[in-house]
Formats: sequence, C-alpha cells, structure tokens
Amino acid sequence: MTASSHFPSYSEGKTNSVAASPLSSLKIEARELSLFYGKKQALKDINAQIMENSITALIGPSGCGKSTFLRCLNRMNDLIESVKISGTVLLEGQDIYAKNVDVVRLRQRVGMVFQKPNPFPMSIFDNIAYGPRLLGVKNKTDLSNLVENTLQDSALWGEVKDDLKKSALSLSGGQQQRLCIARALAVKPDVVLMDEPCSALDPISTLKIEELMRELRDKYTIVIVTHNMQQAARVSDTTGFFLLGELIEIDASSKIFTDPSDKKTEDYITGRFG
Amino acid sequence: MVAESFENAPPRAAASAKEPIRREGFSLSHLVESGFYWGTAFFAGLVLLITVLIAFQLWRTSLPAIHAFGWKFLTTSTWDPVADVYGAWPFIYGTLMSSFLALLLAVPIGVGTAVFLAELSPKWMRTPLSFMVELLAAVPSVVYGLWGVLVMVPALRPFQSWLSEHFSSIPLFVGAPMGYSMMAGGLILAIMILPFITAISREVIKAVPPTQREAAFGLGATHWEAIKGPILKSARSGIIGAIILGLARALGETMAITMVIGNGNGANISLLAPANTLSSALANQFAEASGQQVSALMYLALVLFGITIVVNAMARFLIWRMARDLGRAA
Amino acid sequence: MSNQSQKSITLTPSPSLMMRRKLANTLMFGGASLATFIAVVPLLLVLYYITVRGFSALNANFFLHAQKPPDDVTGGMKHAILGTLMIIGIASCLGLPCGVLGGIYLSEFGKNRFGAAVRFAADVLNGIPSIVIGIFIYAVAILPLKNPHFSAWAGGLALGVMMFPTIMRTTEEILKLVPISLREGALALGDTHWHSILKVVLSTARGGVITGILLAIARISGETAPLLFTALGNSGVNLNPNRPTASLPKAIYDFATNPSDYWHLLAWGGSLVLVAMILVLSIAARYFTANRLGESN
Repeated sequence: MTASSHFPSYSEGKTNSVAASPLSSLKIEARELSLFYGKKQALKDINAQIMENSITALIGPSGCGKSTFLRCLNRMNDLIESVKISGTVLLEGQDIYAKNVDVVRLRQRVGMVFQKPNPFPMSIFDNIAYGPRLLGVKNKTDLSNLVENTLQDSALWGEVKDDLKKSALSLSGGQQQRLCIARALAVKPDVVLMDEPCSALDPISTLKIEELMRELRDKYTIVIVTHNMQQAARVSDTTGFFLLGELIEIDASSKIFTDPSDKKTEDYITGRFG
Repeated sequence: MVAESFENAPPRAAASAKEPIRREGFSLSHLVESGFYWGTAFFAGLVLLITVLIAFQLWRTSLPAIHAFGWKFLTTSTWDPVADVYGAWPFIYGTLMSSFLALLLAVPIGVGTAVFLAELSPKWMRTPLSFMVELLAAVPSVVYGLWGVLVMVPALRPFQSWLSEHFSSIPLFVGAPMGYSMMAGGLILAIMILPFITAISREVIKAVPPTQREAAFGLGATHWEAIKGPILKSARSGIIGAIILGLARALGETMAITMVIGNGNGANISLLAPANTLSSALANQFAEASGQQVSALMYLALVLFGITIVVNAMARFLIWRMARDLGRAA
Repeated sequence: MSNQSQKSITLTPSPSLMMRRKLANTLMFGGASLATFIAVVPLLLVLYYITVRGFSALNANFFLHAQKPPDDVTGGMKHAILGTLMIIGIASCLGLPCGVLGGIYLSEFGKNRFGAAVRFAADVLNGIPSIVIGIFIYAVAILPLKNPHFSAWAGGLALGVMMFPTIMRTTEEILKLVPISLREGALALGDTHWHSILKVVLSTARGGVITGILLAIARISGETAPLLFTALGNSGVNLNPNRPTASLPKAIYDFATNPSDYWHLLAWGGSLVLVAMILVLSIAARYFTANRLGESN
C-alpha cells in the first residue's frame, strides 16, 4: 500500500495544485524556531521555507505543534504569558521577533483566519470595514468599494449583497467563515494564515472555501493548518508534516503524498497512526 | 405432572384481589399531599398579597393629598407643613439629580476600572482587589453615611469654599459651602454604587470569548482598538444592565444620603446647596408628621415606589433582550 | 474576481497614523489606570476608617455597657448589639419559613400563571426602597393597634418582609437545579410527591438554600430605614419584643448625627462589628455552596 495509491489524483497527473514557479521568491522563513510553554517544549528547531504566492499545508496528528507554529508567524503566541521563543522567523528577510518590530503592523501584513468562525457582533459591513477603519480609511465610498471587492474575492458577495447591514451573527457557519476570510483580506495582507478553517464546517462550505483558496493564491501567500490530508493534497503546493513538535519533512505536495522521504511521514499518510 | 403442580400452586389471583391498587374513598396521604400543595401555595401567594397591600396602602393613605394637589404635586416646590401646602418637585429633583451625579461619576470610573482589571492589571493585583470589592459589598448604607459625615463632608468643605470663591458666577457653585449638600449626596452615592458597577462590568468584559480578542489582534489592532471594537460591543448590554441596576440602587438609597445631603427644602441648581431626596424627606419628616403632612409624605412614598418600579422594569427588559440576542447569535 | 478600484485605496498606513494609534492606545490605558486609582482611593479610605477607627473603639465597655450620655466615656453598644440580634431573630423566624415554603411552591408547582404573577410580585417587592416598607409596616402593624407603639415585633416584621422575596427566589432557583432523575427515582420507588420533595429534593439542595438564607440575613442586618418607624430605637437594653428596641444600624445613625466625639468613636466601633457580622455571614454562605451539587461557587 504505497502513498501514491492513497492519492490517485497525483498518480493520474491531475494537477489541482501547481508547484510554485521557480521564479517566486521566499516569503517566510523559519530558522531553528523553538517554542516553550513554560517548561514544556512545543516546537523543536523548526526550519521551513514558504514561497510567495503558494499554498503551504501543515499536516500532522493533533497536538503536534502545527497550530503553534502557525501562530508564530504573526506573533499571536505573544498573547500567551508562559510562552518563550528561540530561533527566528523572517518575513521577506526581516526578523519579525527583532526588538523594535511593530507587531500591530506585522499582523496587518500577516493575516489570520481561525478554526471557529469569530465574526464581531456587528453588521457584515462593519466586520469587513473594521480593519480598514483602523488603518485610517474613512471615506464612505472607499469603504463600500473595499467591502464589495473583498466580499467578491471571498465568493460571498452574491449571498449578502442585498443586506450588508444585517448582523454577521445571522449568517450560517460556512458564510461566517467566508466573512472572516473577507475580513482578513480587507486589510490587504501579504500572507494569509488559516488554522483549520474548515474543521467546523459542512462539506459543501468546505469545498467552497478550498476553491476560494486556489483563487487567492495568485495574490496572496497562504499557509493552512489542516488535519484533513485529502484537503492538503487537493489544494496545496507544498506540505509540511509535523510530529511531536518537529517538522519531519516539508516538500512539494506531489512528492509528500506519493513518495515521502521519511518513513514517519509515510506512516502517517498511509494511515498507520494519527 | 405439570398440571398437578399448577393446581397446588398458591391462589395468586385471589391474593391480588385482596390488595386493590385503586384507592377508594378517604386517604390520609392524599390529604397531606393536598395540604402540602395548598400550604406552599399560600406562602407563595403571600408575596403577591403583601405587594398588592403595599401598593394599596400607599394609595389609600395618600388619597387626601392626591385629592388636594393632584398632578401638580409633582411640579410645585412649596413644602410647608404649617400652611399644609405641599409640592414634591424639590424631592423629585433631588432624587433624580443625585442619582444622575452618582452615575456621572461612577460609570466612567467604574467601567474604566473594569477595563483595567480585566485587561491590564498584573496578576498579583487581582486577588486583593477582588477581596476589596467583596468587603465593600458588605458595608451597609448607614456606615457609608457615617463615613460621609465624619470624613467626606469635612474634606469637602475646603474644596467647596474654593469653588464658591472662584466660581460663584456659575450658578452651579452658588451659596455657602456648608459641606452638607447635593454635591456630597451625589458623591456618596457614586462611592456606594462604584464597586457594584465595577465588579459586574469586569465580569462581563471577561466573559467575551477570547476568540473575539484574537480576531481583532489578528487584523492588526492595538490593544485599545481591540477593546473599543469587539470587546466593548459584546459587553455593552451587560454593562448597561449594571448601570441600570446601579441606578435602581441609587434611587432607593436612604440612610447615607440623608446623612450628608443637608435636608434642604428647595430645588436648587447649586451643587453647594443642601437638598433632599424623596427617601431622605421621608426619613427626616415622617416621625413627627401628623395630619395632612402624613398624607403628603405617603404621596411622596407612592412616587418613589412608582419610579423604582419603572427603573426595575427597564432593567428586567434589558436583561431579557440581552438573553434573547445572545440566544439568537448562538 | 474583482479588478480595478483596489489600487486607489492605500492600506499602507502612514507613520503618523501608526503613531497616533499607538498614542491613543497609551492614553486610553493611562486613563483606565487613572480611573482605577481614583476608584481605589475613597474605597480604601472607607475600609481604613472602619477598621482602624472601629478597632480603637472596641473595648470591654463597648460590649458590656449600654448607651450612656454623650460625655460619659464608659458608654457602650451592648443595647444595640442585643437589639439587633433579637430583631434579626424575629425577622428570620418570619421570613425564613415563608420564603422557603413559597420557594418550594414556585419550583415544584409554579409553572402556571399564578406562579408567574408571584415571581413578578417578588421581584417588585425586592425592588421597593426599604424605607417604604418601614412606613408600610408602621401603617398596617402599628397604627391599627388599640395602643399604637413601636416594637421589635414591628421591626422584625419589616425586615422579614424584606427577606421573604429574596429567600423565595433563591430557594426556587436552587431547587430547580436538582436533577429530574433524583425526583423520579424517589417517585418510582412509590414515594408520595410531598415526601419526596422534603426528603430528597430539599436535602439535596440544602446547601444552596442555606446560602440563600444567610445572604438574605446578611443583607437585612445592615438595614436602618425600615427600623426607623417600627422598632424605633432604645437607649437601653431591651429584651421585650413588644417595646421599642435598639439596633446597631439605628444606633450608628443616632451617634453619627450627634456632635459628641465619643459617640462618633462608638459609631465606628458599631460599624466594624456590623460589617464583620455581614462579612462572616457572606463567607459562611459561600461555604455552603462550595461543596454542594458539584458546583464550585
């Protein structure tokens, strides 16, 4: 039972995911990144490279550090008190953990979509306009245009355009998540991090969001944590496999899912554990 | 063989005929059950009875005053027990103004403190501060009044003198700085409702799910921007509920405010002037009142009763609305 | 996918905007800290005066002597302490059974319109200013007497009326938490309804009910207004409930409004005793819920 037999889309040569072209540049790089929750080490010397305009999937069993790693990329782990980090993360060559880094600005450039949709208790319009308003956009027309464009980009415009003043909480789960994606896109980030964005959604919403990801790839760099391997295989160009806080292997998805280098990766993919 | 053993088997059918399941006629247990029901129902109904009785009693004893003064009672200012002319406006004004002042001070300070406690305060501060809030909740009104009389009012006098010297052109600060004044009343009420508003606001802010905070930070908000936006929005109804409940408490407050507000009899705009509220007027005058004055005082009590019912109903409505909105969003 | 008009809006914030946002952040948090400081000062002062001044007033005289003339420094508050205990005792004897039994009705039988009306009335009663309740009791329990006089009975009645709706509502809430499975278990064994309520439901919820009772007692023990026109007050020890009786809150009120410095000191002592009493009741109340029904507070 080889890896490739689990993922026939690869062996058939069907390419949903094109490996990032060699001309694209290095967007994010992690070097010897380690993270401790108090005494417990959650990430061990992670080295990873994420290319621009690509979709990178991070897979692995529960609790192995993929979400923790993701949250390092926009310094969301700073919010947890007992966290200690060593090593570094470079965004376009600049160390984001350096002393005078503007974290607020960083988080605008590296956006995040969370596992459970978390729209603000405001109207759809205000949710999306929240980020731009922080950045000083006040003009009503500018805001409306921005809201409409991002809603179109996230494939939600058709469903909500008739009533943007409606409360965001009245949308369905799948719609709320697409709203959160739109909200993240509204601040025009370079990178979008997604932490298991579809795990709380039904299959149809999941497919819609996967389609969305493929369309977004041209303009953004996307890193997604998922424990759905089929999803990773479907959408990503690069896949990284995490196990017990270590990044075991990171490579083109076509390789990982058909002929992984490390036995642990192969075991996970063929379902021997996890 | 089997048939034999059946014939010799004990006559079960006959035995069950001796113990009918249905009860016939009178049964002690049934009576006790009934008694229990009606007994407890009686006590429950007692609450209804008492409440109705209070409303009725207030109504009945204030009738003479209602007949004599009608609605004008609420707007006229003369309160003269000698001539038996009564107008409640100074006391209504006193109640409303002192509560308004209390809210004006307690709400921004209370919500600000709640934000500090919930978002900013270092861990070591949290337990002592909660303990302090706990202690303050145990302090009764008359003790606040004692503190007001012996500590606050004397401390207020120099401040009031200063105001009266430099700002007497503003009508708010006209008059002799006695200390016992509307200012003192508003201030002591503010101090009394402050711990309450702070504690509840803090709970409500802490109850906002951390995912909201994360979403705001993820979008690149500063800490304050995250609070101003999603966090305060989610906490808003809870905070408003706390404010209204604080208001309800301030309106009904009697002892502390009686002791510091000065027992004035006019509706004076100046914060330095002595004043009275509906409850302090009752406390000050009821013991020696007789005749028509009693009826007028009862009319005051009726007005106070009405105001507190309205405010409590508002609070209840808001809580209901909040629960409904939360339920819908979920 | 959209194309144009995105270019015209720049989302690269100017440095001055970022500075302003940072400044706003710092200012607002400075404001919150300032608010906290302003809040803490008077509150700490209140607690300080109560404890420090109060302690200095507590001596043997305080507890062993009743009220003496203002210039006599051997006077104490024995009369007020005993009076308060008596009045609270009366109030509890009245308010407790009514409240608990009424609460039982509401939780076990009260899902009808009568129950709704009762709940509404209880909430209204809870919200009535205590001075109005005092005046009410004066009007219905003192005036109609052949020989109208103030008494501890009337004072206890007023406080009992205040305790009644509070205890009723808390009892109801606690009883409602007892799971249906327990009730059905008793009934399935052939128990009668009323007996199962008393033996099973009530004893399971016992801790919570006691909590509600203790908190209600704590709340009314500091009340002064309802006693002004019912128990009135007394300068001496009085253990006859049919006569005007002193109470801690009333004595504090009288002593505070009198010019005598010594009486002021006594008032602080009385305040400390009162606050300590209320605090002990509140903490005891918490103890009873801590271990019951698997809930922690």
